[in-house]
Amino acid sequence: MQTYTDILIIGAGVVGCALARELSLRCAADVLVAERACDVAEGASKANSGIVHAGFDAKPGTEKARLNVMGARMYPAVCAELGVPYKQIGALVVAFDEADRSTIEKLLEQGEANGVPGLRIVEHDELMKMEPNLNPAAVCALEAPTSGIVSPYELVYALADHAALNGAEFLFDTEVQGLIPTAEGWRAVTADGDILCRCVVNCAGIGSAVLHNQVSDRKVELVARRGQYDVLDHPEQPPFTRTMFQCPTKMGKGVLVSPTVHGNVLLGPTAEDIPDGRDVSTTAEGLANVAEKVKLTWPGMSLRTAVTNFSGIRAHEVNGDFIVGKAAPHCWEAVGFESPGLTSSPALAAEMAQEIIASEGFGPKEKIVPPQPKGKPFNEMTPEEQAEAVARDPMNGQLICRCEVVTEAEIRAAIRRPVGARTVDGVKRRCRAGMGRCQGGFCAPRVVEILAEELGLPMTAITKGGGESRMLVGEI
Amino acid sequence: MNTIRKELVIIGGGPAGLAAGIAAREAGVEDLVILEREHEAGGILRQCIHNGFGLHRYGEELTGPEYAARDIAKAEELGLDIRCDTTVLSVDGDRRVTCVSRTDGLQIYEAGAIILAMGCRERPRGALGTPGTRCAGVYTAGAAQKFVNLEGLMPGKRVVILGSGDIGLIMARRMTLQGAKVLACVELMPYSSGLNRNIVQCLQDYDIPLYLSHTVTDIRGRERLEAVTVMEVDAKRRPIPGTEQVFECDTLLLSVGLIPENELSQRAGVELSPLTSGAVVDDTLQTSVPGVFACGNVLHVHDLVDFVSDESFRAGRAAADYLKGQAPKGGTLAVRDGEGVRGVVPQKLHPDQDVTLMFRPAGVYKNASVVVEADGKEMARKRAMIFTPGEMVALPLKAEKLAGVTGDITVRMEVR
Amino acid sequence: MEERVITCINCPMGCRMTVCLENGEVVSVSGNTCKRGDTYARQEVTAPVRMVTAVVPVQGSLMPVSVKTREPIPKKDIPACMAALHGLHLQAPIKAGDTVLPDACGSGVDVIATKSV
Repeated sequence: MQTYTDILIIGAGVVGCALARELSLRCAADVLVAERACDVAEGASKANSGIVHAGFDAKPGTEKARLNVMGARMYPAVCAELGVPYKQIGALVVAFDEADRSTIEKLLEQGEANGVPGLRIVEHDELMKMEPNLNPAAVCALEAPTSGIVSPYELVYALADHAALNGAEFLFDTEVQGLIPTAEGWRAVTADGDILCRCVVNCAGIGSAVLHNQVSDRKVELVARRGQYDVLDHPEQPPFTRTMFQCPTKMGKGVLVSPTVHGNVLLGPTAEDIPDGRDVSTTAEGLANVAEKVKLTWPGMSLRTAVTNFSGIRAHEVNGDFIVGKAAPHCWEAVGFESPGLTSSPALAAEMAQEIIASEGFGPKEKIVPPQPKGKPFNEMTPEEQAEAVARDPMNGQLICRCEVVTEAEIRAAIRRPVGARTVDGVKRRCRAGMGRCQGGFCAPRVVEILAEELGLPMTAITKGGGESRMLVGEI
Repeated sequence: MNTIRKELVIIGGGPAGLAAGIAAREAGVEDLVILEREHEAGGILRQCIHNGFGLHRYGEELTGPEYAARDIAKAEELGLDIRCDTTVLSVDGDRRVTCVSRTDGLQIYEAGAIILAMGCRERPRGALGTPGTRCAGVYTAGAAQKFVNLEGLMPGKRVVILGSGDIGLIMARRMTLQGAKVLACVELMPYSSGLNRNIVQCLQDYDIPLYLSHTVTDIRGRERLEAVTVMEVDAKRRPIPGTEQVFECDTLLLSVGLIPENELSQRAGVELSPLTSGAVVDDTLQTSVPGVFACGNVLHVHDLVDFVSDESFRAGRAAADYLKGQAPKGGTLAVRDGEGVRGVVPQKLHPDQDVTLMFRPAGVYKNASVVVEADGKEMARKRAMIFTPGEMVALPLKAEKLAGVTGDITVRMEVR
Repeated sequence: MEERVITCINCPMGCRMTVCLENGEVVSVSGNTCKRGDTYARQEVTAPVRMVTAVVPVQGSLMPVSVKTREPIPKKDIPACMAALHGLHLQAPIKAGDTVLPDACGSGVDVIATKSV
């Protein structure tokens, strides 16, 4: 099989989908996104802290600093347009001793040099009033009011949907193994045949170094830096109203405690360099490490209400900065896009789309389709809105996930979106069915049934997360 | 939006809700409704196709569907209004119940009394904090039971079971009979909380080894489960290095505890007990919110459905009394857990009423007695050759014994 | 003489009982705490019986039907009983109590539906 496209994007993470959207809105070229997993946002984009960083962490003058600050500014508008949960709750980087104080003073300086607005240092007494559950041993903290939280995978789903509405195509279960230059552009080699394209963008996350080194003489090296997390059920009262960081270390931003946009509490991550970039398992040591470190910020922490744990892989470039831009003729890239990659992605996508269009001479798009936000979740509606929702679609009257209060209409909508869910996990992340305290114990059988019905497949063909991850092995 | 006045709203149409509804109607409550979120009444009994239910209540061993069918038939005979496919979204302290269904949309019931009968749910993997990958093939025993018994679908072929509670044991046999290979049943504690009958007939009959004082410490598999690591634990339940055993399997079933489903109760302002995870109730099963009662597994996790029914009949009658203004008056005495006793229900009682105290022993006690005391004197005692956490203890206490008591009542285990 | 060790199922005590047999006849039972244990042990080593419950797919119904043996059957017949149930082709409607498999593998015991589909 041979496929042709104008622009091939390798990797359907937040960068690939943001870029696909920008390109599909701005130019008339065909856009194809090739993804090795079964869905978008299956790599680092789904398993990270979900923080829109203010931009004080990166050294002035780096790509990380520049794109972070730009990206953070774009977030409110992008999320509002796409209907993605985003809240600017602010962040505190807490100092627990005088050495930490000098660290946050440096961060303040750095942040101001990067152009981050509103930064200030808060002293102990005020700090404890702001966050009463904080360890009283805290000396002071750097406050970053523009720091925000976002549902990272929901952002990617919305970006992908909007791209698809504007003609971008997605090819799943398709791993690009090699890039070969041709007279007209590039030939991307996959197990199912070649994809010919005029230009290619390598945003393959942890897999991006291999492709980079095929097309460029300046070799790069990526380290798989795993981060493990615990997630707590939504408490009646959140322990902290802001994202609480500890002082950064040379391995990363340290362990945080943060509310999520859905009211859960996120704890983590660890930072461990591991040999296998696909090993997203959690370990007893890693989780113990998270619990121990979190207690420095939050001495009252208890894992009694934990709903799950997970880990994600940061694609860390050994020199520490993003590698973005043109890698070879007709070939662009975003390599080593670790934190603040999520924050930086809208800025990178806008910038790179412009470059690609100018460089390749693609014509403008004639008709732009606006996004179709998924709308307010049933769970967040007022009773009046809920009544109206059921009147409009009786399927909203059928609750499937009792923990997160998700209706059958919402599950079917998640499957019917332009880039719809095809797996149990895909449904879960799109509409939260199975995200709650019973972790799908009650609703998984029903979700499998609905997926089978919508996709026209037998229930035994439904997977948890693609590949061979079948939920069922056969009939009795 | 529709607002409806109802004398009594019962949340949940499982064995607890059905029994409560039957008793309330028989006690004269005409205007009542049972709200059930599933497509049929009967609750978890629908998927419990094995026999062993009803020995106390009927003197025979029924299967789950048969036990439920008897209550459903009785409810139908009494003309009870059971609304299936109806999910309650919220209950507030003023006894307003908001629910939703396809057919009736969003409705608000303003209830004279409410009986909470939502049952319980299983502890999932996340609550255990077991590390590893998040592959397919890890299910709670109940979810697997639903797949097999209600959908006729097999969740796996090579199975390890974590937890030796009765559901786990029953599923070991069930999966085996349907052609799966069950490699092991792994129990963290040094004893099983399951019935001996189930250990013999579900494990030993099929040569399935039971590993006591062991746990699953790692879950491996990129897509579908490929293996689990099992380790022995020490007296403090910490894995002992060097005891790792790897079982290659495609399925891990979790039977690691049940938790009363009290999210609705909590939002209604009902006080919960950290010991039972259910409501704090008095001897009429009334919660801290006046007119709101609780019974069955939402109140405390029972071992036998017969006791659920019994307790729920009492809740139904108590709600009827409350609606008629005949609830017991006067102050209550507090009931406290003493040594070896965990989560006595009720936690408060009126001294002029007969009551049955129920609880689970905190450990295994042989040749022991349960002693009920107040004001320094013994009021009741029950001896047995053995008490185990798997078996609930029910201790009736006559009102006459309580006459004149003013202090707290303590229930404790005494080993001679 | 043959010795067999079994666990009593009558109560949570779970007495470990030793049964001595000679030519298939029970000679003695020891380790039991009460009479019920003795009775159970004698039955269990000479003629163990079990209830069998299962579900069987039904044509014309999305849900399978749950079934049980009307009475316990010899333990050794369980695999044959399951195999016979596996080979059944049932048609809806079925009422609770209906016989779905008469005289399960020659035990003289019928398998009946425990719910209606």
